[in-house]
Amino acid sequence: MTRGWFPVALGACLAVALTFLTLPVVAIFVDSSPGDLLASLGEPGALDALWLSLRATAAAIAIIILVGTPAAYLLATRAFPGRALVVTLVELPLVLPPAVAGIGLLAAVGPSGILGGSIEAAGVELSFTTAGVVVALTFVASPFYVRQAMAAFASVDRSLLDASRTLGASEGRGFLSVMIPVAMPGLAAGTALALGRALGEFGATLMFAGSFQGVTQTVPLAIYDRFSTDFDSALALSAVLVAVSAAILLSVKLVQRGDALAGWEAE
Amino acid sequence: MKTTGTIAAALLALAMGAAGCGGDDDSGDRGGSSSKPARLVVSAASSMTRAIEECAPRFGDQEDAAVKLSFGGSDELAAQIQQHAPVDVYAAANTKLPDKLHADGLLEEPVAFATNEFVLAVPRDSGIGSVEDLTEPGTKIAIGSESVPIGSYTRETLAKLPPDQEKAILANVRSNEPDVKGIVGKLTQGAADAGFVYVTDVSAAGDDLKAIKLPGELQPQVTYGAGVVSRAKQPELARAFVDGLTQGACADSLKKAGFGPAP
Repeated sequence: MTRGWFPVALGACLAVALTFLTLPVVAIFVDSSPGDLLASLGEPGALDALWLSLRATAAAIAIIILVGTPAAYLLATRAFPGRALVVTLVELPLVLPPAVAGIGLLAAVGPSGILGGSIEAAGVELSFTTAGVVVALTFVASPFYVRQAMAAFASVDRSLLDASRTLGASEGRGFLSVMIPVAMPGLAAGTALALGRALGEFGATLMFAGSFQGVTQTVPLAIYDRFSTDFDSALALSAVLVAVSAAILLSVKLVQRGDALAGWEAE
Repeated sequence: MKTTGTIAAALLALAMGAAGCGGDDDSGDRGGSSSKPARLVVSAASSMTRAIEECAPRFGDQEDAAVKLSFGGSDELAAQIQQHAPVDVYAAANTKLPDKLHADGLLEEPVAFATNEFVLAVPRDSGIGSVEDLTEPGTKIAIGSESVPIGSYTRETLAKLPPDQEKAILANVRSNEPDVKGIVGKLTQGAADAGFVYVTDVSAAGDDLKAIKLPGELQPQVTYGAGVVSRAKQPELARAFVDGLTQGACADSLKKAGFGPAP
């Protein structure tokens, strides 16, 4: 008789978790009719916010991949004193509250921050500009990518790289033609996590870059702005964000599955 | 089978707790001798943060209640009440929002309890001396978003200016902040050159900012209104708190923070 309780408990826990995690998402769609949804998106502010979110996120992701991939590779493949500390520092923004990220960015690269003067002297303006949004998104989202990329590189079989070296390829060549393709599923997963975090960024953006339609008001800020005056429109924008995020997650799952299958067939 | 039942019951309790089904334990009568202190939830406009934070503990001691404070833009707080957030007192930076909640049956008859002065705020060493100076291209201005009272006072005031001035100033607006704190923060951090806030915010920011008074004809009447939320769990305590905003501990704190008496 007692044999069956464990699977039942597992199932019950899953049911609780599933209900709790999906209910808010389902409610967003139940609460907004498709007609309202489309009507709210016709409003110029909403489209501006979506377009801005996509542009700023794309720019942040590009920076993250370009700088983060080699950095993660180094951390994953080299042993050096203080490596654990460096990894911890790189991962720290993962656990920082967005408000702390916002204050930190202001204190560092804000107009009266420690680097504010030199940034201004270089003619770069970050507060109230889209560039400032990109900085905020990059700061909060990059650890998600770097962490995954490190894990992906670390799990690649080193003998593959050694083989390419034996065949006369330089390490740079091996990195590009062996390591990156083999680590691709992990890199894609990291990109998806960073994308999701960047799309959803709210607090740091508001504190560091402000909120202005078409310039710094990303979708989460637009949702917050509408929350008090136009709940339907806030719901509609939320629904779009859910759909975009779900599409990202799904496409990565498909890419990973495709890669896994391809790898399987090749063997 | 007994274990299964226990675990299922525990899970059910967990789920109910997470869903808030068990949250009625503090709805009993206030101040019973053996029960824990009653919990009063006060939602107040950001601009009153300092004053209310100072007087709320004193009110709590007097009434043997635990006063929980929530500060934000008046409009967000109103939206939370519309979504039936468990709030007992609503204190806003205008009378429009409390009146609207009252008309919707969500708030008892609101009272006007304080006034504030709408000013132009600039960093201490700023060369800006008047509203006209804001028309200068390149001046970075942070204002409240349209939905929050400070934002609607700002637009109301700018609309009284000659149209070309209004247009030039609006063209210099770089951020529509969701509450007063955001505007003050952008000013103290040097991101913005000027912003429209309440005089009490300028004094709360210490030496960083200075207030520039607006000419009388531009000044909007800034009256704060508060009321007891209709679904309040502690209606009596909430009424006492609202009364205390016009006479009592909180009235003193508001006066000290630079608020004027109710009109």
